[in-house]
Amino acid sequence: MATNLAQKPTASADVHVPASLESVVIRFAGDSGDGMQLTGTQFTHSTALMGTDLATFPDFPAEIRAPTGTTFGVSAYQINFGARRVLTAGDQPDVLVAMNPAALKTNLDSLKTGGTLVVDTGSFNDRTLAKAGYSSNPLEDGSVAPYQVIRLDISRMTLESVKEFGLSNKEAMRCKNMWTLGLMLWMYGRQRQSVVDWLKGKFAKSQQLADANIAAVNAGHAFGETAELAGDMSHSTVGRAEVAPGVYRTITGAESLALGLVAGSKLAGLDIMFGSYPITPASTLLHQLARLKEHGVVTFQAEDEIAAICSAIGASFAGSLGVTSSSGPGIALKGEAMGLAISTELPLVIVNSQRGGPSTGLPTKTEQSDLYQAIYGRNGDAPLPVIASSTPGDCFEVAIEAVRIATKYMTPVILLTDGYLANAAEPWPVPDFDSLKPFPVQFHTNPENFSPSSRDPKTLARNWAIPGNPGTEHRIGGIEKDFATGNISYAADNHQLMTDTRWNKVLGIADDIPLQEITQGDATGDLVVVGWGSTFGPIYRAVEQSRAKGLKVSQIHVRYMWPLPKNLGDLLKGFKQVLVPEMNKGQFATVLRDNYLVDAVRLNQVNGQPFKVSRLNEVIAEMLA
Amino acid sequence: MNELSPQKLTAKDYATDQEVRWCPGCGDYAILKSVQKTLADLEADPANTVFVSGIGCSSRFPYYMATYGFHTIHGRAPAFATGIKLANPDLDVWMVTGDGDGLSIGGNHLLHVLRRNVDIQILLFNNEIYGLTKGQYSPTSRPGTRSPSSPGGSIERNLNPCNFALAAGARFVARTVDTDQKHMPEILKRAHGHRGASFVEIYQNCIVFNDGVFADFTDKKNAPDRQLRAEHGHRLVFGPNNEKGLRLNRDKVAIEIVTIGENGVTEDDILVHDETDALLAQMLVTLDGPDAPVVVGVIYCNPVDTYDAGVARQVAKAKIAKPNADMKELLFAGSTWTVD
Repeated sequence: MATNLAQKPTASADVHVPASLESVVIRFAGDSGDGMQLTGTQFTHSTALMGTDLATFPDFPAEIRAPTGTTFGVSAYQINFGARRVLTAGDQPDVLVAMNPAALKTNLDSLKTGGTLVVDTGSFNDRTLAKAGYSSNPLEDGSVAPYQVIRLDISRMTLESVKEFGLSNKEAMRCKNMWTLGLMLWMYGRQRQSVVDWLKGKFAKSQQLADANIAAVNAGHAFGETAELAGDMSHSTVGRAEVAPGVYRTITGAESLALGLVAGSKLAGLDIMFGSYPITPASTLLHQLARLKEHGVVTFQAEDEIAAICSAIGASFAGSLGVTSSSGPGIALKGEAMGLAISTELPLVIVNSQRGGPSTGLPTKTEQSDLYQAIYGRNGDAPLPVIASSTPGDCFEVAIEAVRIATKYMTPVILLTDGYLANAAEPWPVPDFDSLKPFPVQFHTNPENFSPSSRDPKTLARNWAIPGNPGTEHRIGGIEKDFATGNISYAADNHQLMTDTRWNKVLGIADDIPLQEITQGDATGDLVVVGWGSTFGPIYRAVEQSRAKGLKVSQIHVRYMWPLPKNLGDLLKGFKQVLVPEMNKGQFATVLRDNYLVDAVRLNQVNGQPFKVSRLNEVIAEMLA
Repeated sequence: MNELSPQKLTAKDYATDQEVRWCPGCGDYAILKSVQKTLADLEADPANTVFVSGIGCSSRFPYYMATYGFHTIHGRAPAFATGIKLANPDLDVWMVTGDGDGLSIGGNHLLHVLRRNVDIQILLFNNEIYGLTKGQYSPTSRPGTRSPSSPGGSIERNLNPCNFALAAGARFVARTVDTDQKHMPEILKRAHGHRGASFVEIYQNCIVFNDGVFADFTDKKNAPDRQLRAEHGHRLVFGPNNEKGLRLNRDKVAIEIVTIGENGVTEDDILVHDETDALLAQMLVTLDGPDAPVVVGVIYCNPVDTYDAGVARQVAKAKIAKPNADMKELLFAGSTWTVD
């Protein structure tokens, strides 16, 4: 194996004693019709059930079925799993599984020198090579010389393994991914049972397809066990990670976000009305919530992004928890309605699963470039709180926080996540719901001296009286309102007062959020790396490694993007230099510079991929040289 | 102690203390009066009533109704109304819009609220002009309309609101006239009684920018000859003595205007209004020609299941199927493993 070979032998009783590895990065790559995402998620699931820590990176094209064999139709799934804490999907794969020439062409550069390449030779012919843009066969012209290449005619072996089930050639070929999965499960000592159970469920309506796919998994596994590929092919294992005791499950960001929103609504004592319009990569949240009706969740697939947010605001007006969700272009369309929610001071949660922009941009690739849009992107002085999740599991807590702030302060809240978090999976310690503190909403019901504009003097939140309650009938809207009565007012001084009040209300939330902690390292030093969102993993690992080399570097990872934690400026002053890596052109760095007059150094990357730990280490070293 | 009988509410009880800010003589005053009277007649509970509007002259309406009200953003009132009904299907929701708000910037939302059949009343004040922005032509302005943005006359073909509603799948379509204080409350009561999206087009005179645009069929002297009041089960007749009527030309599947007693036409030749007939409804709202009347009244009413009821049923069904659904169970769903 290429790297990470641990020294101690394992106690396994297998005939072939597998080498024990600390961690491995595998990248499955194939045509978008090859089922690489399923292969990856099933490998992930099996791995998680064995107590190994992991992080994943699904990387797929925007097209559902791009023309077969083209480079732009390649879909990949990367998993990093280890017997230690795993925080990133890995800089470079140790193993690349390439199901066709196009997958090889687009992914070979990422494979570590000396890494293992598993390739389906059955998919290599003049036509497919030409389609991938190869003028000569890379398996023969020396292109793959730096790697350990395992050449297998997976196509042929798959067809043989499912021959007895009488499938059409097309159906039989679609079992290729399961054959490959079986082989990889054997290579890394993963259990097969969860895959078999899943296949039985997936093909519950066709015994034939279920049997064939299970046979393909078993055949791939058996091939690994029996084939004599010594020297080429190793059988190794990755042990359990040292993690805190408890009950775990695997979770993607979209799943944990859905659970967090439902948990938040229960803690607030409200039903959710989720208004959304399909958009990549945010639709998954709509799918998740649409299945949770028994928890009082109503989902409304609106005719467009604007209707989606407007329906959610309408629902909040009527006493539900209005939630809407989209990605960058859709969030832009919602801007005017956000202003109305700010002006009418109604609770609302707006989830933005960010993707590459501008315009349609890169629908399936990740980016953090909507921070300006979140904090500043509306007409008028229109402040609202913004919070960001940093890992798939973290989406749960952040969603609850968004609901708490929205209902307590009667304000829309933007929750920033991104395409990477939405799709990536990690093992997640299932939280104890009973330990979470409820924050029940109290609707205003007393008609005496009622005004829709009366405020809690501490939070500045206006009261929330809802239709159906006698005596509190009132009218609200987007025209400026009189501070005391809530009636329309164009008075100059009143607009100043109302603008200041909206501003102070949102800034005051800083008193009600945790102080910023140093995420890693000392409270003072030569350099602090400040991040937010899904860059958490790579930054953590890089700072950890740099610290191990003796560098005086610390990490601050921010969740509360607006208002900022009260002590953040002081924390930054404890360091000689500030580095802000972001998957945008430096948006949070601008916010930090603006608020703290700090010389924040930008490190920016917008190539649709997560930061590489090695790249961060280089920059840290350069800054401290 | 005297026994107090609940006092019957009057139109005034539905009025707020806010100064009405429409131009003097605006048709909106008459509509406001009619709506307030209708609510009083219906003994509507102000606490359970919500008026939702977009932006424009008509959309100021909620501020003058002593119920719950939401003055939202331009064109989007249908989406807010849908959200309100999904949050609380028991609320009685009225939506007020105009020809610009409902058919231009908000055309998409109006289409979908009608298609989904959300149980609300939609009042579209059609004055064939943009009033609040000072008089530009609107999607219902007739070709040739001269306005600040069309000094040489509008060259756009105009939209027929009721035809739009029918094509969108509306199950209740009606028309009335702002000044007709007897007819409008009748129509509003029918709209209110209908389960589903009720679409009411109200011809409303803009006294400042488009005065008299409907006079050819709304003026007292013109109305008998140019207005036909459709009533379910009654013959489609008009004229000072109900001597004119609509007859189906079976060769062309078209409606023709005939006079009873002329050319052998008898009363039996005149079509009987069937408000459940979608084809007839479409012919009535698109009647055209120099001698054709403008049809008002309930033109189409054919109820089907509502969207909000369907949503509520699915939620109820899910709760019955999983009566013990709680957060813990949800968190532990799927495969879990334990680390000791």
